[in-house]
Amino acid sequence: MSLRSRVALGLVVPVAIVVSYALWSANAASPYFPPLDVILTRFRELWLFDLVSSDVLPSLKNLGLGLLLAVIAGIPCGAILGRIRWMGEMFGPLLDFWRSVPPIMLIPPLVLILGIEDSAKVTIIAVGSFFPVCVATADGMRQADPTLVDAARAMRLGPLKTMVDIYLRAGSPAILGGIQIGLQAAFVLMVASEMLAAYRGIGYLTMQAQVTFDSVTMWAGTLLLALLGFTANAVFVAIRNRVLSWHTGMRVSRASS
Amino acid sequence: MSDTSQPRLALTDLSKTYDGSTPVLDGISLTVGAGEFFSIVGPSGAGKTTLLRCLTGLMRPTDGQVTLDGIPLSEPSPKMSLVFQEYTRSLMPWASIGKNVALPLRARGVPRAERTSRVAKVLAEVGLSGVEAKYPWQLSGGMQQRVAIARALVTEPEVLVMDEPFASVDAQTRMDLEDLTRRLQQDHRMTIVLVTHDIDEAVYLSDQIAVLSKNPARLVEVVDVPLGAERDQIHTREMSTFADLRGRILRTIRDVQTQPV
Ligand SMILES: Nc1ncnc2c1ncn2[C@@H]1O[C@H](COP(=O)(O)OP(=O)(O)OP(=O)(O)O)[C@@H](O)[C@H]1O
Ligand SMILES: [Mg+2]
Repeated sequence: MSLRSRVALGLVVPVAIVVSYALWSANAASPYFPPLDVILTRFRELWLFDLVSSDVLPSLKNLGLGLLLAVIAGIPCGAILGRIRWMGEMFGPLLDFWRSVPPIMLIPPLVLILGIEDSAKVTIIAVGSFFPVCVATADGMRQADPTLVDAARAMRLGPLKTMVDIYLRAGSPAILGGIQIGLQAAFVLMVASEMLAAYRGIGYLTMQAQVTFDSVTMWAGTLLLALLGFTANAVFVAIRNRVLSWHTGMRVSRASS
Repeated sequence: MSDTSQPRLALTDLSKTYDGSTPVLDGISLTVGAGEFFSIVGPSGAGKTTLLRCLTGLMRPTDGQVTLDGIPLSEPSPKMSLVFQEYTRSLMPWASIGKNVALPLRARGVPRAERTSRVAKVLAEVGLSGVEAKYPWQLSGGMQQRVAIARALVTEPEVLVMDEPFASVDAQTRMDLEDLTRRLQQDHRMTIVLVTHDIDEAVYLSDQIAVLSKNPARLVEVVDVPLGAERDQIHTREMSTFADLRGRILRTIRDVQTQPV
């Protein structure tokens, strides 16, 4: 199927939903479901671009910084846990425990300890997205082909170069998958921490609107969050597909041979 | 080869037992002279790969030792290069051919400009000019094998060790690669240790052939191959010496296998 027809097909359901909502809400007169054009007008008033520098950009900055810290710390930690047997055995149960706990559980204790400043938000996001990156990197260490590892040893590639050029590259599909999960966790934590404890930000404004029964602003905020989340993920997937083009190419050539 | 010259590679009483199993190698001693084409033949599963892993320093033998130019070997040496039995899996699928072949040079800290020119030169030698930007999985099996050989040659090793390098390519490619290997050996005055289970290939290529038994692998005999330096796929294989040697080695292997253990 061509790219254009795939895009067209993928747009059918979202467009249908938006159009149905617009038609239905235009004369529904429900306090919970304001007409679409009213929501869009509020969306434009708030987000294009009055509150961008005061409420949107700081949130996104926290998200980016937190995720960056998580990646910078998570990859080396995962590499150590994946490569050093006893370290893996020692910390494995902790990571398993973490996997089964929802990340927003972090918010109450960290807010209590760190407060509601940006640095606290960055910490919450970084801690929450650290674990998926770390776990995925540790798993990724097993993806290197033993023959290739032997080849690296035979050519006396040093430990650092072997880690960077062999283990991390071989594990990159897993690691990028972990970062994607980390991004989703980071997004949830960004929004939730603003909803629960903040004095600005998209999450805060949306939550305030709900508390004050301002359903139009609430929907405008919800819409922005949905669009941001979708865009962040789409950008990530595009980057990942570029980085992993070798992986796709290899699988296609194996499948056809 | 005069008896006074030191062998390039010497194995003394080499034994290997994997944890919790019966011995795989049992007291193997042999020497390979400088510039020699030395083949090791033996039945499938005999322990040929195990032997190569020990003699390249990738694995510690349980007993005995390996010396390279008289110096005991305990880890891979920069003088040696290895072509793996599973050559496809020994290449990096995420890196271009150029980067794959340059990897051993990167390991040695060779500057980029020199890497590029040496990679181009060695790829030309194996008949793969201009594939630097391609990825391994875009090439045929025979071409990937040439890439693996090029990567082994790029460091200009004194000893090239190859583990059944031509097992999974078609007959024509196989002959081409055999001749290529033989020519490279002559051009670079390399010592080659080749493992194969194809007796014809061993006779065609080698100056000496070591025959291994199975369960455990012992050295049965070392056969000299007096076929001269110039070999030709048709003429050499038609020579009576070729047929005699081939018959003799096959008979040895059959005798060993039918003996009660
Ligand atoms: N890492 C290992 N641990 C335990 N046993 C092993 C290991 N590697 C090989 N063996 C065993 O040692 C024996 C010899 O294996 P090896 O791969 O050296 O044989 P080979 O002669 O190279 O076989 P082939 O011709 O199939 O390549 C086999 O019985 C194999 O099962
Ligand atoms: Mg083998």
